[in-house]
Parts: sequence; structure tokens; C-alpha cells
Amino acid sequence: MNKILPAHNIGDYVPMIDGPEKVSGRAKYTADLFVPGTFAGRIFRSPYSHAEILDVDISEAAKLPGVKAIITGADCDKGFGVLPIARTEYPLARERVRYRGEPVAAVAAVDDATAKEALRRIKLKVRELPAYHTARAAMAPDAINIHDHRAHNIEREVLFELGDVEAAFASADLVREGTYNCAEVCQNQMEMHAALADYDAVRDRITVHASTQVPYYVHLMLAQILGMEMSRIRVVKPHVGGGFGCRTETLNVELIAALLARKAGGCVRLVINREETFITHRGRPETDIRIKLGLRKDGRIAGVECECIQRGGAHSGYGVVTILYAGSMLYAIYDLHDVKYIGRRALTNTPPCGAFRGHGTVDVRFAFESLLDEMAGEMGLDPIAVRRANYLNAPTFTDNDLMVNSYGLPECVDWVERESNWKERKDQLRSGNGVKKDGIRKGLGFACSHYISGASKPVNWTGEPHATVKIKLDFDGSIVVLSGAADIGQGSTTILAQAVAEVLGLDLSRVRVVTGDSEVVPKDNGSYSSRVTFMVGNAAIDAANNLKAVLIAAAARRLDAKPGEIECLGELYRAGAQDKGLTFEEVVTEALKDTGTITVTGNYSTIPESHGGKKYRGAAIGGTMGYSYSAQVVEVSVDEETGIVTVDKVWVAHDCGRALNRLTVEGQVQGSVWMGMGQAMTEEAGYHDGLMLTANMLDYRVPTIQDSPPIEVGIVESIDPHGPFGAKEAGEGSLAAFLPALTNAIADATGLRFNDLPVTPDRVFAALEKREREAGRKRNGDT
Amino acid sequence: MARLLSLTLNGRARTDAVPDNLLLLDYLREVVGLTGTKTGCDGGECGACTVLVDDQPRLSCLTFAATLADRRVDTIESLATDGRLSAVQRGFHEKLGSQCGYCTPGFIMASAGLLRRNPRPSEDEIREALGSNICRCTGYVKIIEAVQHAAELCAQGLAP
Repeated sequence: MNKILPAHNIGDYVPMIDGPEKVSGRAKYTADLFVPGTFAGRIFRSPYSHAEILDVDISEAAKLPGVKAIITGADCDKGFGVLPIARTEYPLARERVRYRGEPVAAVAAVDDATAKEALRRIKLKVRELPAYHTARAAMAPDAINIHDHRAHNIEREVLFELGDVEAAFASADLVREGTYNCAEVCQNQMEMHAALADYDAVRDRITVHASTQVPYYVHLMLAQILGMEMSRIRVVKPHVGGGFGCRTETLNVELIAALLARKAGGCVRLVINREETFITHRGRPETDIRIKLGLRKDGRIAGVECECIQRGGAHSGYGVVTILYAGSMLYAIYDLHDVKYIGRRALTNTPPCGAFRGHGTVDVRFAFESLLDEMAGEMGLDPIAVRRANYLNAPTFTDNDLMVNSYGLPECVDWVERESNWKERKDQLRSGNGVKKDGIRKGLGFACSHYISGASKPVNWTGEPHATVKIKLDFDGSIVVLSGAADIGQGSTTILAQAVAEVLGLDLSRVRVVTGDSEVVPKDNGSYSSRVTFMVGNAAIDAANNLKAVLIAAAARRLDAKPGEIECLGELYRAGAQDKGLTFEEVVTEALKDTGTITVTGNYSTIPESHGGKKYRGAAIGGTMGYSYSAQVVEVSVDEETGIVTVDKVWVAHDCGRALNRLTVEGQVQGSVWMGMGQAMTEEAGYHDGLMLTANMLDYRVPTIQDSPPIEVGIVESIDPHGPFGAKEAGEGSLAAFLPALTNAIADATGLRFNDLPVTPDRVFAALEKREREAGRKRNGDT
Repeated sequence: MARLLSLTLNGRARTDAVPDNLLLLDYLREVVGLTGTKTGCDGGECGACTVLVDDQPRLSCLTFAATLADRRVDTIESLATDGRLSAVQRGFHEKLGSQCGYCTPGFIMASAGLLRRNPRPSEDEIREALGSNICRCTGYVKIIEAVQHAAELCAQGLAP
């Protein structure tokens, strides 16, 4: 007789359960929804960076046959924004435009050509105002306020000093300070923003399909903007083509589509193009960082002082949270005590920034790890040894009250050191003086990073559990998981199915997951801050356990046993090894006798200890149930003739607590590293007079397959005590380490430090030329 | 001006009245209703709209439908046989060459084009063939593995 075992569903390489749709062209994204009779939407955008609106003349546009509805700022006087404290953006600008490309009016027409023609007939009259395209210009004493309520154009200033930084520096053996600049970068997810809004005038209800990471937040903001009860709104999230953070807040696109649909009394399709998607933005702000570190001879970090200025763009968005993360996440990776942080988030006349993958942490981590590497070199210490000297003694609370439990950083560091053959490779490169052939120099760089597994306090605090999952089981025996978690390509739907199947011991094929329709699924806060696997995963486990209890009770009844005696083997429930037991179907039939269709609920809430502290205003930001950790080694070749840097190979180890799905963990980690590479090497949002010059995929250069290196992934499993089966996040924490690992490798290869990103061939070439010139002068001076 | 266009689309002959300036991409998505082919940029930048014209990869966003009289056009919807995934589709599914899936039809068609002309491509040949397709999720590592896996499946007799 074969041994009966429950099916196992976690820890393996599991292809995504919605993969067949994606590879066959059957997956429907918002722009793929064509409903007959739909009106085409188009947005009229401001050509000015900063101006007082005197008049929006739509009279000529309104005369055009085929135009069904035109809306302007006059149609909606309610503000929106992701933070309840900062709902100061309008779907269509009112009184003032604050960045080039800001929506001013919108049209719904019978077809796209008519809508386009209508836009040409709209006349905007303004009085231009001084415009500020850099943080410094906006914060200058004589600058006028972009938003009346924000003096000096400072969205938020954060100041904290925990410990005594001056004393710490005095005790250090080496104190160094560096300044860094990271260019603004864009998510540039492959799917352009789209919304389909269908207004039912008979029932006064609206259905909005949107390309969003946060259907619930869209729901909230639709209610606010439309002035409609939430019960009259339905939000559907079809397949979404990536997000990386730009869709973690409601965008003007879905709000404008809804306003147009209601005015037109019908269905409006608003699909914006790539240029408009860039301008809608919500990317990572341009950031200037001044960082000062004190280091002791034994490699211990004595003190940290960090000043961070972000160019936030024209509206608040997540700004307050971003500037807080940049400070709070100095902690929770190394054992730091005396730390001072000064953060300033500026409002500027550029498109609004948002929450890009690695939210708030990436640029500061780049500066920190770069300076640490430089100082290690100066003190003759191995950069890996310096990290080892600063490990946290987990479990612990940091000085800013962040709860750290599982801590796999040491194993990550060990893995990349071993797999990259760090010491031997370094020696090898050094013995050849780094020079290979034809002016190619090779170098090796190292750095670490970390990230949260979901913010422990959601921005919209309602008192509800952090996550809720329902499971439905009916006569057919299929397990239907209902969740509001938004799969945007990261694979959350697959993880939920795996979690439920694992608890029940059933094959994955028994489980179906329904997501993304507010009419059917429980509310979920959305896919951001890497919260889904941790929080929704835990809720799914809870729901599955509740279902299992129902099934065990039914089996016990049928087998005339006590529930505690029932052994659940997935497809078989029995009361003892000799019992032939009941099939899963028989148990389901028995269980249905009580209640008919079975539905169970699972919940998850974070614990108060994880909510951060109160040592400074905003100290809750950074609090999470579990931090992921990453270490990276990057090998580069630098061509001194051309300044071209090639990444030969990346070794990355990521502590995700436990890999529920090794395939998707690897995919997330590789994608993060690669996205860090784009930011480090080629990507930059460039402006001229407030006009985004790089709003296309040729000028905004993301790496192609021919630029991209092999990325070897080591999975470290620290088994988090609170994580679902011990898991933590896998999709963000490995981004940040790439940036400093790259520049540290370039420094290793050339001796040149690049503190400004991206490190383009132009910048490398200029630095090499400058060094050559200076060496020449020195030689001439000597002779 | 509109004209009658007759072509073979996904193995089926069809005739449509198309305006001269109608892009193949819009013809496929809006006239025929095959939405598997994606729009990812404002023209020729990303490769998401790649289809095969007489087995050669072509950007449908830079091609007028009216130029394709009597030609053979294949889209992502053509690859499965009797509902079963083709070698390239299986490669992308099983090796996670697809995450969000939006660039996937373009990558799969470019890869199918590659394997139809070169069933055993080297890694460099894969990189070259996919050099004008952008993916924002994967970092490409698993896309290369997906195509290599597809080539193995082809060697076992599966159609690309």
C-alpha cells in the first residue's frame, strides 16, 4: 500500500498559476477591455510649469460634433491624495497649474480622433508664476509658495538625533563626510496607465476598471472625488502590467475617467500614452545627500549624520512618508547608536514623485554604503569585515524602536563572499593591477541593503485587521480563495494559492484564487511596501486553518471520532492509521450538511511592538513585522577608452525568511537587482524648464537584454517567527545594494569614486580625462 | 482612404476594409479583437507589439496594416496547438520568463521568430534576437533561461 501523504506546496519552484493566461495572450489588462459604445477619453495638459489659471475656454471644443462631455477643474472641487493629511491634489487643476503636463481639462468623445480634435480647441489663459524646478530653488527665501499651506515649499522637515553624534565622532578613529546626488528615476512599468469607467445613470452607480496596485485606495478616492457613497462604487483590477510603486496611490487617470463617465452618462475608456505615463510619474525623487560617518579601528560604526533633500514635485503624494523612511531606515540593518538625521522634502514645479520600489531607502543606502566602503579602504579594512563588525544582535529593538526579529544578513554576507570567491577574485584582480587588456579595468564591489515586509501601520488606519482572506468551499470540492490582494506580476495570487493548499495538504490544482473585484472579494490595502506575502499570506493561512477545522469536525462526526483524533492527509481524512477514512469529497459532503456552502474568514494584524516608537514625529514609519536583508557582490569591467562600464556578474543573497516559491523569489530578486542597475547606470528623468525631456523609452534608457548581466541568487532562510511559514519580503530589499556595490566596484577598478547617479559613460569618461589631465599637469610641474 | 485588405492571420484567411493609415497593432486589437498584442510605448521603443510577418518579427506599431496584402501574420494567439502551449510559451511559463506578462507576447513572438529560423541559438544569439524588447520585471535572466528551455522542447518535437 502506498504511503498517503498530504501534498506539499511551498519551498519549490512553482510557476505562477496565472502564467498560462499571460503567455497565451488571454490575460486581459485594462486597455484590452473594449466595450461597444464606449467613449474615448483624452486629457488636456498644462504647457506651463507654474501659473495662475485665468480661464479654461471649452466653448469651441463643446461645439465639435461627437464630443460627449468636457470637464475642467470647475467640475470637481475635492482634493485627493494617498495620505489623509495631504489631500491637496485635484483631478483637474483648479486656480493654479503646478507642473508641465498637469491635467487641466478632459474630453470624452465618440472616437479618439474627435477627442483629440476637441483638445486642440481648448484654450487655457493663465498668468505665469515663477517656477522652481530644483529643491534648492523652491526652498530659496524669496520663492513663492507652490501650495499656500506649505511655507518655503517644504512639504516636511524631519529632524532627529538619537544618542550624541558629536561625542561619537570624537570617539571615532576616522570621520569622513561625502555628498551624493541621485537622479530622479521613473518606474516605467510596461503597461501604460489605463482606466475604464462605466457610469450607470439609472442606478447612480459606477464601475471603474483601473491599472492599479491599490484598488481599495482607488475606491476611497473615487468616493471622495465623485461625492458618491462607497456602496455605489465598484472597482475592478484586471491584470496589471507592473507598477513598482507608481500605482500605489490613486492616480488622476482613474479619477478623470470616472468624472467623464458620469458627465457623459456612459462608459469612458481613458488610456494614456507612454509620454503621459511618464509625466503622471510618482517616481523616486532626485535626492541630495550629505552623510558623515565615524569609524573605529575595529570597523565599528561610531556615529552617523545624514542630511537628505528630496525634490518631491508639485504635489504631496507619499512625500512625507518617503522623507521619513529615508531617515528611519538608516537603522535595522547595522547596530547603530548615535545617529542624527535631517530630512527635507521640497515641493517643486515638476511632476509629483511617489513610492518607487525600495521606497525612501535606496538613495540613502547608496550614500551610506559608498562612504563606508571608501572609509574601509582608507583604514585598510576589508569592506566585508566592516559589515561583520556591525551586525545587529537580533532579536532586538533599534534605537528608533524598530522591532527586528529574524536577521539573515550574516548568512547573506557569507553566501556572496563564498560564491563570488571574494578574496581570491580580489587578489587576482589586484595582482594583475586590475588591468586586463585594451584599457579594460576590472573591479569588485560589495554592499548590503534591507527592506520592510509591509508597513506595520497602514496609512489609512481604520482599526480593521491588516488583511482579510475568505475561502469558499461548495459541492464541487474546489477551494476558492477570495482576496483583494492586487497581483501586479509579483505573483501574490500564486503565493496565496500555495499557502492555502499547504495548510489543507491539497494539490495546488484544487485551489482557485479570485482577486481584484470589490463586488466579490474582501477589501485589501493593496500591493505596496512588500506587505502582501507577509500580511495577506498570514491571513490566508488563518482562513485555511479555519476551513480545516470545519472539515475535521465534519470528518469526526462521520467517523464517530473526536476532532483531535482526525488525521488530515489532504485528500484523505481518517481517525487512525488502520481506518480507511474518508475522501476529501466525502468530508466536504458531510460538512455542507450543516450550513450549505462553507465560507470561512482569515485575518491578520500586526502586533503593537512592531509599530515603531514615538521618539520623533513620524517614528512609526519604518516599523514592520520583518525586515528582509540583502548582500551583493558586483564585478565590473571599465573601458578606459570609452568610459563604458559593463557589469560582468552579480552575486546576490537575499534573506526572505523562507522561500515559499523559489522561482518567484529568484525572479523578484533578479528584477530588483536589475532595476537598481538601471538607476545606477542609465536611468534619469531629465527636464528642460520643467518639461520632461526623457518621457519616452529611448531617452529614458532602461537596460536591454544585451546590457544585462547574469545574476546569481542565493536564498537565505532565516525563518521569521511571525512570517507566513517564516517568510518575509523578496521583491524590494535587493534593489538598493546594487547601487553602491556598483560604484564600489568601479572605485576598485579605477580608483575613482562616483557619488552622482547614474554613472553614465559620459561621467566616467570625464572623470578619467580629468584625472589624466591632472596627472599630466603634475608630470609637467615635476619636470 | 480605406482599402480592402486580404491576409492570412493566425492561419485563417480574412478580408477587412482598413484605412491606409491604420497601424497593424490597432488593426489586430481594435478591428480583429486580438488583444494579446500589446501597446507599450508611443512607437518603436519597447517591442511589446512584436508579431511575425511571414515568420519574421515585426513591430506592429510601426507597420501599416494595408501594406500586408497576401502576407502571413501570426500573433501570440496563434502559437498554442489544440489549446496546448507551444515550446516558447511553456518556456516562459515554466521558467518565469514572464512576471507581469505585459511585455510577454512581444518577447514570445520575437523568440518564436528566432527559434523558427535558428532552433539552437547560443546565449548571444538569444540576446541579439531580443535586443529590442524591453522587460521591466525580470532583469532578463529568466527570459534567457525560458528561451533555452523552449529550444530544448523544440528539440523534443514541440513547435516553437
